[in-house]
Amino acid sequence: MSATRLNTGGRIDRSQPLSFTWDGRSYRGFAGDTLASALMANGEVVLGRSFKYHRPRGIMSAGVEESGAIVTLGTGNRAEPNTKATIAELYDGLVASGQNAWPNVRNDVGASLGLFGRFFSAGFYYKTFMGLPPFEWGRGTGLWMQYEKIIRKAAGMGEASRQADPDCYDHVHAFCDVLVVGSGPAGMSAALQAAQQGKDVILVEQDFDLGGDLLNRSDPKSNAIRAELIAALTAAGVRIMTRTTAFGLYDYGTAGLLERVTDHLAVKPDHAPRQRFWTVRAAATILATGALERTVAFENNDRPGVMTANATRSYLNRYGVLPGQNIVLSTNNDSAYDTAGELARAGAKVSLVDLREAIGADLSEQMNAAGVTVQTGLAPLKALGGKAVTGVQLARLQGDTWVAVETLPCDLLLVSAGWSPVVNLLSHRGGKPIWDQDLSCFLPAPCAENVTMAGAAAGHWSTEHCTASGIAAANLAMGQKVGAIAPGGWNTPIKPLYEVRLSGQKTKSFVDPQHDVTSSDIRLAHQEGFVSVEHLKRYTTLGMATDQGKMGNIIGLALMAEALGKDIPAVGTTRFRPPYTPVAIGALAGRNTGSHFKTLRRTPLHDWNLRHGATMTDAGLWHRPWYFARRGESLSEAYIREATTVRESLGICDVSSLGKIAVQGPDASEFLNRIYSNAFAKLAVGKARYGIMLRDDGMVMDDGTTWRLSQNDFLLTTTTTGAGKVMVWLEELLQLRWPELRVHVSSVSDQWAGVSVAGPKTRAAIAACLEDPEAISAENLPFMGVMESRLRGGIKCLIARISFSGELAYEIYVPADLGEAMMDQLWAASEPLGGCLYGLEALGTLRIEKGHVTGAELDGRVTIDDAGLGKMASTKKPFIGSALRQRPELEREDRPQLVGIFPKDHSDSFNGGALLCKPDEISGFGEGWITAVTHSPALGHWIGIGYISGGHDAWQGKSVTATDPVRKGDVMVEIVSPHMFDPKGERMHG
Amino acid sequence: MIRIPCPFCGTRDHSEFAYGGDGAIIYPDLDAPMQDWHDAVFQRENICGRQVETWQHVNGCRMWLLVERDTMTHEIYSVRPAHPDMAQALEVTA
Ligand SMILES: [Zn+2]
Repeated sequence: MSATRLNTGGRIDRSQPLSFTWDGRSYRGFAGDTLASALMANGEVVLGRSFKYHRPRGIMSAGVEESGAIVTLGTGNRAEPNTKATIAELYDGLVASGQNAWPNVRNDVGASLGLFGRFFSAGFYYKTFMGLPPFEWGRGTGLWMQYEKIIRKAAGMGEASRQADPDCYDHVHAFCDVLVVGSGPAGMSAALQAAQQGKDVILVEQDFDLGGDLLNRSDPKSNAIRAELIAALTAAGVRIMTRTTAFGLYDYGTAGLLERVTDHLAVKPDHAPRQRFWTVRAAATILATGALERTVAFENNDRPGVMTANATRSYLNRYGVLPGQNIVLSTNNDSAYDTAGELARAGAKVSLVDLREAIGADLSEQMNAAGVTVQTGLAPLKALGGKAVTGVQLARLQGDTWVAVETLPCDLLLVSAGWSPVVNLLSHRGGKPIWDQDLSCFLPAPCAENVTMAGAAAGHWSTEHCTASGIAAANLAMGQKVGAIAPGGWNTPIKPLYEVRLSGQKTKSFVDPQHDVTSSDIRLAHQEGFVSVEHLKRYTTLGMATDQGKMGNIIGLALMAEALGKDIPAVGTTRFRPPYTPVAIGALAGRNTGSHFKTLRRTPLHDWNLRHGATMTDAGLWHRPWYFARRGESLSEAYIREATTVRESLGICDVSSLGKIAVQGPDASEFLNRIYSNAFAKLAVGKARYGIMLRDDGMVMDDGTTWRLSQNDFLLTTTTTGAGKVMVWLEELLQLRWPELRVHVSSVSDQWAGVSVAGPKTRAAIAACLEDPEAISAENLPFMGVMESRLRGGIKCLIARISFSGELAYEIYVPADLGEAMMDQLWAASEPLGGCLYGLEALGTLRIEKGHVTGAELDGRVTIDDAGLGKMASTKKPFIGSALRQRPELEREDRPQLVGIFPKDHSDSFNGGALLCKPDEISGFGEGWITAVTHSPALGHWIGIGYISGGHDAWQGKSVTATDPVRKGDVMVEIVSPHMFDPKGERMHG
Repeated sequence: MIRIPCPFCGTRDHSEFAYGGDGAIIYPDLDAPMQDWHDAVFQRENICGRQVETWQHVNGCRMWLLVERDTMTHEIYSVRPAHPDMAQALEVTA
């Protein structure tokens, strides 16, 4: 291959030279080049090494189907592997490098050692490792790991950067009447037709320029058609998006688009995202996605310098590069003749070999005039040469067998074996393409949705036909009746050709060059009993590379059909999946990264907490105070001090994140009585009650207290994590199951700031903040009492005397905006009494000491009895879950039940998540597990709660091992009652 | 990428909605026998084709809706409020 840049012609801008580097060397190209065309113009031939065999690979095409020139663009945190050089737009300063080779793609040690040739035929993995792990677990795991390492290193593609992606990506939504994909003559005509009838049209083109195959033409007529269409589209107000790939079609006319915004810019503006991920909802979609030229399986058909025929037309007419001087063009159809003529007129010596015995007189004349020699009845048998093609041995078909004939020297071997319409996007919608025997390709089947194919994507080969089919597709999409246009457009029919080989000969003839799948692999798969095309695909990995078999699938099918003795449609096709071309993970993520990965919720007291020394932690979506360290304190020192202070004097804890739901209406108490397992019908005004909600299946859903503020007005609280779920559940019940109940629920979680104030000195501290200090005397506000009162300054508040910590405790709620004012008052009154602020860690300690359950215990798998709260289930009324909680399996005595856990040796500790086992039977799931642990300042040692089958009664006095093999090892523990501190609850009634 | 025409808010992307379940299930009375509850909760059809489903417009008006949908094609035939009074009120206004 001896390519040269021409002095004139093409669409490149010779006044704008660009410099770039390839594998560390500097090169020059022009604006309008791709990386591939610029490298070709610079005489570079070997641009890649193949996936398994490390064979040298060069440019095979001029588009997205490229399987040879696969490179890494950029460096460091912007390195993007497995990019096709044929679609990488050149810019000044572009840095590209070869991959899967050492030290470089030109001289790859791996290849010269011939290390890979004998391995890696189809099913290599399965056969070599069958009987070894992971197929059979046990001995030999290490062996497998060693092989795996070597294979991974030898076979592969580019390496992804391990650094964080520095770029940002946007998500955009759009609507239109008609979405047109592809801007060839069909796509542009369709878009224009629709726009001129008043439709809102988006035209999407993956290339950086409009025109499709018209860009590959240099004749004045093609240029005029293109210029006129572009001008008309602009005038008609079509929204044109270049550098944008429609990578997937989804339900309801939804298309996924990837717009490359700054990839082609030398200087990337700070304000622009690298790419935009568009979700477009279109009433109608027209796919004018063109067709891809096929190649043929013959020996060494992957040699650098073997290309698809039409690709050279692109290099010649678009990029001003003559790809070779001495060219052999092999074809089986009419489409390659124009290319041959143009190459010859550009100065190359061109020999055309056509498989067909006879061709049209017009074509013969055309070739004569251009000086192209034509031979018929021939096909390529073997490409000669090592790192670049030097010639081709031809073969002639005699009967059913190929016979080797003459050899032609050449520096470029072009192949055209017909065209495959790009039906990928239609396939995303489940449309199965239909094999057309005459055109020897799959054509799209009509789609039940408003998706229409046009142009070469529908099998129309000439520009005139493409234009007509584009207009017809637009009319059809707009609901008008149109006559069918017959596909095709060649004078002499195509003569199908998929493989050329001498019978019995084993060769390296590539079907899927990107995954190094050869025709022998296909036959081997058949020989080993793979008859389904889906199995063939997975066994050989045919079509599973980054191109999804754009070049190789049809050949693979044809070879499989031949092996099976069937025809192609009987073998069937595999289904294409999105994306049509690869989409960066960053584009899928968009702005949802880092701190935007998930919603962040802050309580109204957030800033106040921070000002007072809080270290925050994540609790679901919430940021909550974890602990309030005093000077020099560690987490454990802080939480132990906080928990101790609460038991000795008092502490204040932000509980604003608890779910709060206003339940209002004449039937509110009846409603609560149905959803809670315990009785709520007779809850007095001014009283709170702890309640447990079950699901229909009898498992515990959530718990919390509900306060009766007046006859028809309740405030229901939920756990922090259960807030959303409970709200949805209550709405479902009221709208779907019990519409007759006159109840309204509304979430008021964000309307209130709430604190828990707990400890023996609490009453004095709160009284100091109230306008009427007597309001919370033991008489006025007994245990589980609720009242409305005012803090100093007239701040209206709700106070409930409820306790999670087991101490005398109150929850105080004020309107969210007044949260800080409340905290200022409470803290000013508490600090002089020796009080503290406490966070989640101390809250955990206090509740574990008391054996109170939270989300860690109520994990959706436990019954009310498992959690030790069976007495909360009423026997006098039915409620949600009351029927199914009595399933026999749920009443077994050996079910895991809530227990407390002490280390046998009180100086020991253990971890949450450890399994509880019999000491002589440490295996499997054990007998139970630990859900939460803490150091208990009240008891002076580590404690935990968890579940163990049969509960406290079954294990009292018995030895149990808490096993935690990957962290802590085994610890001997003792099972105790979950009520580890103040079991009679005397403190909170004080 | 289903789009659901909410009777209150207009046509919205399904990401605004939360799927509930089979809308044809009639839940027994709370005091019904365990067997009835067992059948309602666990004996579910896995319909291929047209079925009535419950969806909540959870990031919208929060109304529960009865959506008649083809589970194969995602085609939606009808959407109405699950609350019968709401459905009736809409009919009267229409
Ligand atoms: Zn709505």
